[in-house]
Amino acid sequence: MGLRKPPLYDVHADAGATFTEFGGWDMPVEYDSIKAEHVAVRESVGIFDVSHMSELEVSGPDATALMQRLTTNDVTALEPGDSQYSAIVNDEGVIIDDTVVYRLPDRDERVYLFIPNAGHDEEMYDRWTSFRDDWDLDATVEDVTEDWAMFAVQGPDALDSVTDATPDAALDDLSKFQATFADVAGVECWVARTGYTGEDGFEVLCPWDDAETVWSALDATPCGLGSRDTLRLEMGYLLSGQDFDPETEPRTPYEAGIGFVVKLDTEFVGRDALEQQSEAGVDETFVGFALLDRGVPRHGYDIADADGEVIGVVTSGTMSPTLSEPIGLGYVPVEYADDETEISVLVRGREKRAVIVTPPFIN
Amino acid sequence: MFEIPDDRKYLESHEWTTTEGDAVKIGISDFAQDELGDVVFVELPAEGDELAAGEEFGVVESIKAVSDLYAPISGTVTAVNEELFDAPELLNDDPYGDGWMLEVEPADTSEFDDLLSPEEYREQTE
Repeated sequence: MGLRKPPLYDVHADAGATFTEFGGWDMPVEYDSIKAEHVAVRESVGIFDVSHMSELEVSGPDATALMQRLTTNDVTALEPGDSQYSAIVNDEGVIIDDTVVYRLPDRDERVYLFIPNAGHDEEMYDRWTSFRDDWDLDATVEDVTEDWAMFAVQGPDALDSVTDATPDAALDDLSKFQATFADVAGVECWVARTGYTGEDGFEVLCPWDDAETVWSALDATPCGLGSRDTLRLEMGYLLSGQDFDPETEPRTPYEAGIGFVVKLDTEFVGRDALEQQSEAGVDETFVGFALLDRGVPRHGYDIADADGEVIGVVTSGTMSPTLSEPIGLGYVPVEYADDETEISVLVRGREKRAVIVTPPFIN
Repeated sequence: MFEIPDDRKYLESHEWTTTEGDAVKIGISDFAQDELGDVVFVELPAEGDELAAGEEFGVVESIKAVSDLYAPISGTVTAVNEELFDAPELLNDDPYGDGWMLEVEPADTSEFDDLLSPEEYREQTE
C-alpha cells in the first residue's frame, strides 16, 4: 500500500526536504538541518506541514453526548471557539490516542472538530460511528482528514507571521487554546492558538486545495518532523504511538502524566477503570531525565537504578538542540520519579548516568 | 554533488582513509554526513586499540539516526580526534579535514587495494 501524501509534497521536495514515513504518511522530516529548524522556532518562527494529522467533525443533536462519552475531558465546558486537550481511552483506561477537541463557533447547535494523530482517522471514525450506533445516538461523524491541510506556525514571532497574512482578524485576542475562522491570504481557514513546541503559535487548517496559497503567505522557516520531535521532547509532550501505544506501551492518562484531562465527574468509556486507578494510585509514571555521561538516549533503551537493575524503559530521547545535552522521557516506578533521583540508561549495553528532571527541560 | 577527494580511498559504508605515510587518517564522507544530518555524538576507540578491516570501530549519531562505523583497514590507533567529542558538528562542517576521526598505523598496506577508488565511490553515491 502506498503512503499518503500531504497536498504540498512536491513543494517540500522542491525545497530540498527529505521525507520519512509517519503514521502511513510520507512527510518532510528535515529541510536543511534539524538543529537550525529547531532554533528558528525557539528564536523566531517556523512553519510545519502537519497535514498528516487526522480531523473528524461531529455534529447533530447528540454530538455532545457522543464526544463526552468517547473522550476523557469535559466537552460541555467548551464555549464556541474553545478547545481542549483530551484523551481517548479504552475500557481499561488505556490511552488509544490523544487529541485536541474544538467546538466550532457560529453554529446553531454544538459542532465539534477533533484532531487525532496521524493514521488514526479511520480507527476513530469506526470507533465514533460504532459507539454512536450502539448507543442509538443522533449524530453525524465525518472523517475530514483529506479536506483539510494543516500548518503549525510556531515561535516568538508566530503572531506577526500569521497576522501579516490575516489583515482582518484580531489574532492577538485569541488566548491559548482559542480558535476562530479567519481569512488567510483570501482563504477561509480555521486558526487556533495551539501547538506542540512550547512556543506561542498557531495551527492553521485550510482547505486541501488551497494549501499552497496559504503556505506561501505565511512567512516562516520551513520545518520538518525532526525538529517537531526535538521541540516537543524539550517540553516533555507525549508522542502518540511512542510515549504511549495501546499495543506496545499501554498507559493510562495518570501514568502518562496527563491526569488533568480526565474528568471523573463525566461519563465516558474507561471512566470506572480510571476512577479505580485514581484512588489506588499508579505504580509507574512518566518522567524526564537528563544524561550526565556522553551518549544519546533513544526509544526502547532500558532504564536502570543506581545498582544497575532495570526498572523502566526510555520512550523518547534526543540530544536537546537548545541545551546541547542528552535528554529523554520514559516510565519508571513512582519511587524513582522525584527530581534529582539518580538512574542510569543502558546505551548499547553501557550504563550512562542520568538524573530525573521533571519536564519541561527548558524555561 | 558531494565532495569526494581524489587523495583517499573509500568503503561502501561511507568511511574514507588516506593511503600515504606511516599513519593514515580515517573519517566519514561528505555523503555520509549529509545523510546523517546534524551529528550530535561520536564514539571512537582509544589510542592503542586495534582495528580490523571491515569490522565496527565506533558509532556516530545524528539527531535522527545511529550509524555504526566500519574500519577501512586493519591497524593500530595512534591518535584520536578528541575534538569531535565536544564538537561533533565538525563532522558536518569539514568531514575530510577537521572532522577526521582516527590516525592508524596500517597492519597491511595491501588492504588498500580492496577499497573503492574515488571514481568507484562516486558511482555508488550517484
